[in-house]
Amino acid sequence: MTTLRNIRPTTAGIALAAAALLGLWPLLPAWAAHTAAVSLGGGLVALGLMILIRFGLVSFGQGLFFAIGGYAAALANQFLGITDMLVLSVAGIAAAGTIAWALGYIVRGHRGIFFAMLNLAFSMILFGILAKTVALGSTDGFSVGVPTLLGVAPGPEAGRLTFVLFGFIVISSALVAWMVDRILASPVGYAGQGVRENELRLRYLGVSARGAVHLAYIMAAKLAALGGVFTVLLIGHVTPEDTAYWTKSGEFVFVAILGGAGNVAAPFIAQTVFELVRTFALQYVPEAWQMLLGITLLLVILFLPGGLWSLVDRLRGRNA
Amino acid sequence: MMALAAIVVDSLVYASWLFIVSIGLTLIFGVMNVLNVAHGSLYALGAYTAAWGVGMYVGGAPDAGYVLLAIMLVAAIVVGVLVGILIERGVLRWVYGRDEIVIVLATYAVFLVLEDVMKLIFGPESYIAFQPRFLFGTVSVAGIPYVGYDLLLVPLVALIGVGIWAAIHRTRPGKLLIAVIHDREIASALGINVARFFTVTFLCGAILGALGGALSAPLISVVPGIGVELIVLAFAVVVIGGLGSVEGAAIGALLVGLGRTAAVFFRPELELFVVFVVMTVVLAVRPEGLFGKPQTRRI
Repeated sequence: MTTLRNIRPTTAGIALAAAALLGLWPLLPAWAAHTAAVSLGGGLVALGLMILIRFGLVSFGQGLFFAIGGYAAALANQFLGITDMLVLSVAGIAAAGTIAWALGYIVRGHRGIFFAMLNLAFSMILFGILAKTVALGSTDGFSVGVPTLLGVAPGPEAGRLTFVLFGFIVISSALVAWMVDRILASPVGYAGQGVRENELRLRYLGVSARGAVHLAYIMAAKLAALGGVFTVLLIGHVTPEDTAYWTKSGEFVFVAILGGAGNVAAPFIAQTVFELVRTFALQYVPEAWQMLLGITLLLVILFLPGGLWSLVDRLRGRNA
Repeated sequence: MMALAAIVVDSLVYASWLFIVSIGLTLIFGVMNVLNVAHGSLYALGAYTAAWGVGMYVGGAPDAGYVLLAIMLVAAIVVGVLVGILIERGVLRWVYGRDEIVIVLATYAVFLVLEDVMKLIFGPESYIAFQPRFLFGTVSVAGIPYVGYDLLLVPLVALIGVGIWAAIHRTRPGKLLIAVIHDREIASALGINVARFFTVTFLCGAILGALGGALSAPLISVVPGIGVELIVLAFAVVVIGGLGSVEGAAIGALLVGLGRTAAVFFRPELELFVVFVVMTVVLAVRPEGLFGKPQTRRI
C-alpha cells in the first residue's frame, strides 16, 4: 500500500509546484505567467539534456529536436488546420521520436566531443534547410494560430496565454517530470551512471550501453520537442534561428549545466532563473547579457560543478 | 570551361581562407585536447582590431600602401597574445584535467563574455577596411578578373601551413611538442615543461585565429556576430580533416571549399547544407576525421 510516507519527495514536490502554479494563476501578472510557462517549455529541453548528462553525454545540437517539435506543431497548425494543443504536442513528440530513433543508430556509438559535434552537425543541417526553404518563410519563419484544447477555444479578447494553455503546459510538464524521475530511478537510469563511469563493466553485466544511450537519446529528443511545441504555442511564431541554430542549443546546455543533474526539478529552476535574469538584463544592461551568462557559466564550472541543485543537496545535508 | 576554372579558383581561395581561420583551432586541440569555442571570438577580435587599425591609418594617410598589411599583422599578434594569455592563464589552467566537455563549456563561457566585450569596445556599427584588398590590383585567370589580394591568400596560407608543419616536424621544440602530444606525463617526467608548451601552443593558436580574422577584415564587413558564424564553420573544417591534424585541416578546408563553391554555382540554397552534411558523414563514419588516428576506445 502506498502511504503518504512512501511518496518520493520529488513526486510530492512536483505535485505541490504544479498545484501552486495553477492556484496562483488568478494572481499572476501576465508577464509572470508567461515567464513561468516559457520556463517550463525550456526546462523540458534542459531536462532532456540532464538525462544525457547522467549518461555522461552533452549534446551541442539539442536545438535540432526543439526545432522539430516547434516546426511539427507549427506546420500541423498552418497546413493541416489542427489547433488542438494535445494533438500538436503529440505530433511534435512523434516527429522528434521518429527522427531521434533513426539518428540514434548513428550517435549511440559516439561519446564525448564526437557526440556533441555530431549533434551540432545534425542541427546545423536542419538550420540550413529551414533557413533556405521559402515555403516556410526562410529565416523569417512563420506564425502559429491560437491553440485550443478538446474543442475549448479561447475568446477573441483572451490573448495567447489563456488558463487552458497555461494549465495544459503546467500539468503536462509536471507529468513528464514525474515520469522522467521514475525512469531515472529505474534500471535504465542506473545504466546511465554505468555508461558515464565505466562502460566496459556495464557490458560485463550484460547491459547494452549503446542501447541505453539510444533510449536516453530518444527520450531527450521527445522532451526537447515537447518544449519546442510549448514555446511555439506561447510565442506564436517559429524561426530557424530561434530554434535550430547552434546558439540556441548552447543556451540549453547552459541551463542544464546551471541546474545540475541532481534532480528533475533542477532544469526547471535553472530555466526560470535564466528567463528572469534575461528579462531584467535585456531591460537594464542589454549590452552585457551574454557576458553575464558567460561569467555565470564559468563560476558554475569552477565553483559549483553540481549546478544550482548541489546547493539544495548541501542544505539538506546540513539539516540531516 | 570558364565555369570550371572559376569553380577551381574560387574553391582554392575559399579553402585558403577556411584553412587560415581554422588552423589555430586544430593546433590547440591537437596539443591540448581543448576544443576552443573562443576561437570564434579571437577571429572576430582580430578582424575588428585590424579593420579599426586600417581605418585609423587610412584616415591620416590616403595612399597608405603596404603599411596596411603590417598594421593587420600587428593587430593579429597583439590580439592573439593579449587575449590568448587571458584565456589560457586566466581560465583554462583551472580546468585542465577535467572532462573535455567541461573544457569546451569553459571556452564557450569565454566566447559569450568576449561577444559582449566586443560590442562594448567596438559598438554595434560595422567596420569596413577594403583598402588592403586593392593593394595588388586585379589578376585575370582564364579570362576572369580576380582581386589580387584574394589570389595571394592561396600562396600565403600555403606558406603558413607548411611553416606550421615544418615547425612541428623539423625543429627541436616541435619534436618535444610531439612528445607532449603523445604522453603528457612521460614528457613531463623527461623534463619537458608541459605547462609552458601549453601556454605557447595556445598563444600560437590564438595568434593564428586573430590572423585569420585580420586577413578576413578586407573581405567582409566586420559586424557583431561574425564570430558566431565562423566557429561552426571552423568546427566543420577541422572535424572533417580530423581534430588536431594540420594536414587534415588542409584537406577539410579543400573539401568544404570545393563543396560550398560548387553549391554556390549550381544550387545556392544548399550552401550551408552541403558543409554540414559532409561534416555529419565524416563524423558518423570516421569520427576521428579523415586524417585523425583512431583512438583506442572503451567501447
